[in-house]
Amino acid sequence: MAFFFEVLIGGLMAGVMYSLVALGFVLIFKASGVFNFAQGAMVLFAGLFFVGFTELGVPTWLSLLLTVGVMVLLAVAVERLVLRHLVNQEGIILFMATIGVSFFLDGFGQTIWGSNVKQLDIGIPTDPIFLMDGEILIQSFDLWAALVAGTLLASLVVFQKTRTGRALRAVADDHQAAQSVGIPLNVIWIIVWAIAGLVALVAGVMWGSKLGMQPAIVSLALKALPVLILGGFTSIPGAIIGGLIIGAGEKLAEVYIGPLVGGGIENWFAYVLALAFLLIRPQGLFGEKLIERV
Amino acid sequence: MSAPEKNIGDILLKVENISLSFGGVKALTDISFEIREREILAIIGPNGAGKSSMLNCINGFYHPQQGTITYRGEKRKQMRPHEAAKQGIARTFQNIALFKGMSTLDNIMTGRLLKMKSGLFTSAIYKGPAEREQIEHREFCERIIDFLEIEAIRKVPVGRLPYGLQKRVELARALAAEPTLLLLDEPMAGMNLEEKQDMCRFILDVNDEFGTTICLIEHDMGVVMDISDRVVVLDYGRKIGDGIPDEVKSSQAVIDAYLGVQH
Amino acid sequence: MLYRESGQYKTTYSADQAIFTIPQDRVFFALLMLAAFVGIPLVATNYVYTALLIPFLCLSLAALGLNILTGYCGQLSLGTGAFMGVGAVAAWNIATRVPDLNLLVVFALAGLITAAVGMFFGLPSLRIKGFYLAVATLAAQFFLPWLFVKWGWLTNYASSGVITAPQLKMFGWEVDTPMEKYLFALSVVTLLALMAKNLVRSNPGRQWMAIRDMDIAAEIIGIRPVVAKLTAFAVSSFYIGIAGALYLFVYLGSTEPDGFGISLSFQALFMIIIGGLGSILGSFLGAFFILLLPIFLTRVPPMLGFDLSTALVSHLEFMVFGALIVFFLIVEPHGLARLWQITKEKLRIWPFPY
Repeated sequence: MAFFFEVLIGGLMAGVMYSLVALGFVLIFKASGVFNFAQGAMVLFAGLFFVGFTELGVPTWLSLLLTVGVMVLLAVAVERLVLRHLVNQEGIILFMATIGVSFFLDGFGQTIWGSNVKQLDIGIPTDPIFLMDGEILIQSFDLWAALVAGTLLASLVVFQKTRTGRALRAVADDHQAAQSVGIPLNVIWIIVWAIAGLVALVAGVMWGSKLGMQPAIVSLALKALPVLILGGFTSIPGAIIGGLIIGAGEKLAEVYIGPLVGGGIENWFAYVLALAFLLIRPQGLFGEKLIERV
Repeated sequence: MSAPEKNIGDILLKVENISLSFGGVKALTDISFEIREREILAIIGPNGAGKSSMLNCINGFYHPQQGTITYRGEKRKQMRPHEAAKQGIARTFQNIALFKGMSTLDNIMTGRLLKMKSGLFTSAIYKGPAEREQIEHREFCERIIDFLEIEAIRKVPVGRLPYGLQKRVELARALAAEPTLLLLDEPMAGMNLEEKQDMCRFILDVNDEFGTTICLIEHDMGVVMDISDRVVVLDYGRKIGDGIPDEVKSSQAVIDAYLGVQH
Repeated sequence: MLYRESGQYKTTYSADQAIFTIPQDRVFFALLMLAAFVGIPLVATNYVYTALLIPFLCLSLAALGLNILTGYCGQLSLGTGAFMGVGAVAAWNIATRVPDLNLLVVFALAGLITAAVGMFFGLPSLRIKGFYLAVATLAAQFFLPWLFVKWGWLTNYASSGVITAPQLKMFGWEVDTPMEKYLFALSVVTLLALMAKNLVRSNPGRQWMAIRDMDIAAEIIGIRPVVAKLTAFAVSSFYIGIAGALYLFVYLGSTEPDGFGISLSFQALFMIIIGGLGSILGSFLGAFFILLLPIFLTRVPPMLGFDLSTALVSHLEFMVFGALIVFFLIVEPHGLARLWQITKEKLRIWPFPY
């Protein structure tokens, strides 16, 4: 039983990472209706810049600040160079454009900082903690990660209630209508991409300290997509809960079902679960069902 | 100009006690009326009266919670839109629903798909049966193109056409299916006088030449009173009037709905 | 001045509906085919065949298959790589288990098997659209290569896990040299491309495009979305499966079964975006472009005196691809094929502007 809990908790903690990436997706999707495939690349991008700065001898706090600046600049660039020209295009076109952005960031980050695995240590304690008389082992790092994710989530929920948050939701509903009531579309997009950039930075730092900063993070971040399907594309709590389910589910499946079929099912379990989900409840756990009109 | 000597036939479609709601919102409440063969029936009413929802029920896009629809003497339960199409119900839309990436001709040919048989294999080979079929149906579509006077734009992608022409192409696509019952959702919305006159002429010609039964939604009272044989009036999802244009025009309930009532 | 059509009248619908309505286009196409079948074999070197022409043909066919699904039917797929894998593994199994089967039959069967698998993974498309579907196809992309590795039967329990293409033979013709392989691939691709063109200009194509442009309206005029979408998945996967079989049999020669990864899927997607969504010609142009670009990036900077490391080149490649995708989506969503068409239209009326 203790083993079960250990696997479960380990999975949930991995799920927190997925949730962090998924959160970035949801923010952008809610605010602009853009399904941002580049979120994973943004995690790598932010992480690479942060590690890159610290390796140049810049103090941690300054590197963090500089990377925030880079992510804001990135948001501006994405708006200027991509989104602005694709207003009112179909979702699928925007989606493909973000695939382009994703490749670009992936290549750009590595052109500047190289593609070696970089260790990242920002002083988060990594001692193991034992629970239940030492039967269950968890990493204190994971607890920290959960804490950070929780804080981030809380501040995002508060942000949704502000004036800017409301404008964001208006834009998501209808670009033209939002523009016509005087909401500056371009500014809103920059804000939301900048926020998603910050979320990516947090995810990048957490992930980087756990696994080292490496290009494989982009494909790991793809797992945020099934998370979204489970949680619904427009729900922040959904992103969190979906992430936890996927994280825990794939670890448990790997440990308990994996041996029966030769292992390695962690790689696809999330997607197949999402596929099954799509067939049963396409709008996700928390998403809204749409009524179609003609 | 509904000619009195027009040969209006039996009941083609009968709507009985239809109620439809979305969540808590009632779109239609207890609506009953009938459409007779070869007549032009207009459904009128203020915005949000449930007119489009009514058409959506008839062609199977919405499924009413209560009530029945009987078409050609056959009562039907839930039916998918493509089944309605197969039974000869075609329609146009309030907000034009053309296939924007395809040319005018392709749009019309698509409307004719139900009558065509070539499957994957014959189409892939093309020479032979598929080509013969394409040509045969192309001839039919060309007649519709002639009829609606859109020869010049047959190869133009419809996304590039002006609004009035798009409406006409949409009508052409619906006609390509040789429908028994044609549902027109605001065929004249946003048109200028000249375009409206053209459209009226096409509708009357279709009704006259092909004997197609037409059920249309329209806001322009002049048009409605001129071309329709009978008028059904909806307001807030209820039927408040049904009869020949002159009756409806003088009905108190209808006047109240349109002009408002003093309380 | 040669490209004029005044004085040419089409008197039958048959002539008006031909693939090339203008005689000059027919001549051009005939010359192109002549060059491909006769001209190239006279001059090309083995390097050109193996590094350029053969992969070009295989990937064009994959792009063509994806274009049927995404460009014509509007269903986005990120599973092209995995479906190519299905085709390759299926063809390999058929060819090794039934040694004397005609090669064309092997390919057709591999295509049909892939079509079945593709239809299965296309089932979610009946309920979901757009990027939701992209996630569903990712399931195929991650699950299938895993299956190829773990299900030993598929690779005949080879300890190395590597599958190697058998000797290609049909009608007594042994397809050995790069030139023969090229000619074989070229014939298969030409035939399938013509069939694809026929499909998209007749009933199936109209159904697909109607679903792509407005699915609700399509259903209301009598198209069954189930049929339209699943046939698109089937035909698309059929093409991709054969492309995968060609990729293994005439290009790679041998591969690990999980070599059909997500990067192939993205490559195919980029080909159709750059080449032109909803264009048969575009699939070829896109494949050509995407294949040439890396060669260009590795060859040209050294000539100009820049010595770039291979890692840097691959990063640059990513950047250039990403930027090009965005560029094409913004400037010309119909890609190179549309640019070609515009050129032709301008040429028709040259030297007058209108």
